[in-house]
Formats: sequence, structure tokens, C-alpha cells
Amino acid sequence: MAKVVGFNGNAAVAYAMKQINPDVVAAYPITPQTDCVERFAEYVSEGVVDTEFVTVESEHSAMSACIGAAAAGGRVMTATAANGLAFMWEMLYIAASMRLPIVMMVANRALSGNINIHCDHSDTMGARDAGWIHLFSENAQEAYDNTIQAIKIAEDLGVRLPVMVTQDGFIISHAVERVEILEDEEVKNFIGSYPKRYPLLDLEHPVTYGPIDLFDYYFEHKRSQIEAIDNCLPVIERVGKEFEKLSGRQYGLLEGYRLEDAEYAVVALGSTCGTAREAIDSLREQGKKVGLLKMRCFRPFPRESVIKALSPLKGVAVLDRSVSFGGFGGPLFTEIRSALYDAPSRPLIINFFYGLGGRDIYPEDIEKALGKIEEVAKVGKIEQHIDYLGLRE
Amino acid sequence: MGELKGWKELIPGGIIAEAGNAREYKTGDWRTEKPELNLEKCINCFFCWAYCPDNAVIVDAEAGKMVAFNYDYCKGCGICASICPAKGAITMVEER
Repeated sequence: MAKVVGFNGNAAVAYAMKQINPDVVAAYPITPQTDCVERFAEYVSEGVVDTEFVTVESEHSAMSACIGAAAAGGRVMTATAANGLAFMWEMLYIAASMRLPIVMMVANRALSGNINIHCDHSDTMGARDAGWIHLFSENAQEAYDNTIQAIKIAEDLGVRLPVMVTQDGFIISHAVERVEILEDEEVKNFIGSYPKRYPLLDLEHPVTYGPIDLFDYYFEHKRSQIEAIDNCLPVIERVGKEFEKLSGRQYGLLEGYRLEDAEYAVVALGSTCGTAREAIDSLREQGKKVGLLKMRCFRPFPRESVIKALSPLKGVAVLDRSVSFGGFGGPLFTEIRSALYDAPSRPLIINFFYGLGGRDIYPEDIEKALGKIEEVAKVGKIEQHIDYLGLRE
Repeated sequence: MGELKGWKELIPGGIIAEAGNAREYKTGDWRTEKPELNLEKCINCFFCWAYCPDNAVIVDAEAGKMVAFNYDYCKGCGICASICPAKGAITMVEER
């Protein structure tokens, strides 16, 4: 019988970090992630982990220290949010380019300005092209489970890429929920010992990290990075299956909810998927054939799984909790719509922006989105591609 | 640089897995001007050898003689010509 505890998302991730027992954690506090790093710092001061905790003066330094420690040959973790993630910007690209398997929890929070501490996905969506794997969590349980799986995915010798595990700021990070935890030994055995590759501290085999890379080789290195992140989809699936054996909880690249016979669906990330389940159950009771596609893995984008899940549908409403200013729709919409372009059949697709700066989303909002796409599909023509939920006119 | 490798042949992460390979990077091709040596005017003071930031001055230490410039690594900065006390021993000329 699994042990059940009351944890908020931050506590769940801090507990996972305790069980992972990384060699190095370098982190700087920022709301709503602070609580996670504080809890982990307590584990360090209590001596229940062997981690070298580096208190840095900024997030730029946090990621720099993580890069140094990972290149040296350590298992490395950190956490941040919003402007902290933005401040790591250049280092995020360097971590991925050097193929360092750093695992970072991000408590999704709106980027300034104006200043706001609540949830939206503008922070990690802004970092979507940095070369990291992005795993979204629907609740504290998934934040815990994803953190443990992220270690195994990142460190796989066929992957060797950093992973961001996200959870919606405050909505998940600060809400206490029922969380099933694994035994320390189970986590230890699941992740195994850290498989080192080209560690700087191997003095018998000296290596150079981060040499200058100009027009002669930079392009080839980027091409190999493209290959690396594309190739990690099967690893994410395999680790999900192994984790299911251990925990009984299922993890894939994405998850369909009541999608098998659905005609219309919403696509969402993070905690909104929980809200959507509620709305879908209620609409199903009224006889509406509706479902949800939850994207767990956003980077790499699981194109084929998305086509398989969505191409039989009549209409899809994509919910974006961040804006790509001046773009045609939000980041999730753009990806989904592009993936379906050459699908054998494709649904009509509309985009809803919602929840910016932590604005609540209600089941009625999701019902409205599903109602709208049904209406559009019946007319057979999209008059307005982009709309808003929960916005005052 | 020798033969350029394709992307499949590279070590992931742009890592260089052997030590002591800076010599393989011939920085001499950055040069726009090169120092020319006139041994008849050289007084073998070794100032150029001491000042060269690229270790690109070849001398015969035992004989105490200036020998040549190593154009594989000389970037043509001109410090040798500027520091040379023997007029006309080192002249910067346009690289062709």
C-alpha cells in the first residue's frame, strides 16, 4: 500500500528531490517556487541528503552553477519561476547545447509586466526553443511523478538533455492535495546511479566543454541537437511505462480523456486539464460527445500522437495560457494546427486565450469553448480563429 | 582543420574529447598583414620572442639566434615590428 500524504506541489517536488538526492542543487528563491527550494534546503540542513546546496546571487548564476556541476559529472537539479527563468535565458541554451541532464522544476508564473506573481505559461513557453524537454503536470501528484521520471529521461544515454518539469504556480504549487509517495529505496532503484559521460573531473581523460564553434561546425552541432531531442519521445514513453509498473500511475506523451468517441475536444496544459474533465463530464451527461487532450510532453512536440488523437475529430478548441505576441495564435495552437496540416483528415481548430496572470478558469469557460467549436464545425467555417475566455470586454 | 566531419560523427554537446588540441587550430589565417624578417639587420635581442602573444617567434636558444616567424599561428598583430629596436629587421607587409 502506497504511503499517502498531504503535499502541495512544491512540497511534492521537494520530497522527490530529497529521494533523488542529487549531488548539487543551485537555486535562487522566486515566488511561487521559493517554498520548494526552502523545503529542500531544510533537508540539506537536516543532513538527510548528501547534496551540495549552492546559494547563488541570481538565477543566471544558479543555472551557471548547475551547468558547471553537471559538466563536472554530478547529478544536478534546480527550480525557478517566471522572471527567474527569464534571467536564466542564455544559460538555458548552453545547458541544452552541452547536453547536460539538469532537471529543473518551474512553478509557472506570468512574466512581468505588469508585475504579477500568479500562474500563466508565459515563462516556460518563452523558453520553448531553448532545447529543453518540457513536461507539464496537472496536479501535485504529477509534479512529484514527473520529477522522478525526468531524472531518468534526462540521464538516458540516448537523450542527455535537460528537462523542465512544470506545475501551475499557486494553483498546484501552493494547494495541498493527496499525494501518493514512493519509498526512498524505490526511487533510488528506479533512477539508478548517475551514468556519467565526459565528466570534467575525470582527470585521466581531460575534455573541453563549450569551445568556440563558428561557421565550420556550429550548424552540425545544432543538427545533432535536433536529432537528440526528436529521438527522446520513445524514451519518455518507455520511462512512463516503467514508472507505471512501480507506481500504478499511467504516463504517456499525452493523455486523452473521453476522447475515443468524441467529436469535439479541448487541448490544454497543466491544471486546466482537471477543470476540463469536470466540464466534459457535465457535457457528456447532456449527451455531448466531447473530450480532452492533455499535453504532458510539450517539447519535444509529439506530432504523431497528436495527429492520431485529434485528426478523427470535427472540431478542436486549443486553450493557451500564454501569448506569442504578434503570432497567429498562442504557442500550443500554433503547434497543434501545424501538426494537423497534413493529417489524413483534420478538425476545424480555434484558439482561446485564457488565464493570463492567474485569472481563474471555470468549467463553464471550457463548456463555452466546446460550445463554440461545435457551432463553428456545424457551420463548417471559422469566422474568428482567436478568442478569449474569462476576459472583460 | 583538415577534413570537416558531418553532424553524425560529432561528439554530442560540442565536447572536445582530447586534450592539447589548440595547436590544430591554425590561427595564422586570421592575418591581414605579416611580419617579414631581415636577418641581416636583426640584432638577436629576442624582444619579438618575448613580446609575441602567440608564441609565434622561432628562435635557436642555444645559438642565441633569431630564426623565423611561425606563420601557422602568427595573427599579424605587429607587436614584434613595433617593439623591434633594430630598424628594418621586421617589416609588416600586406598578406597576399
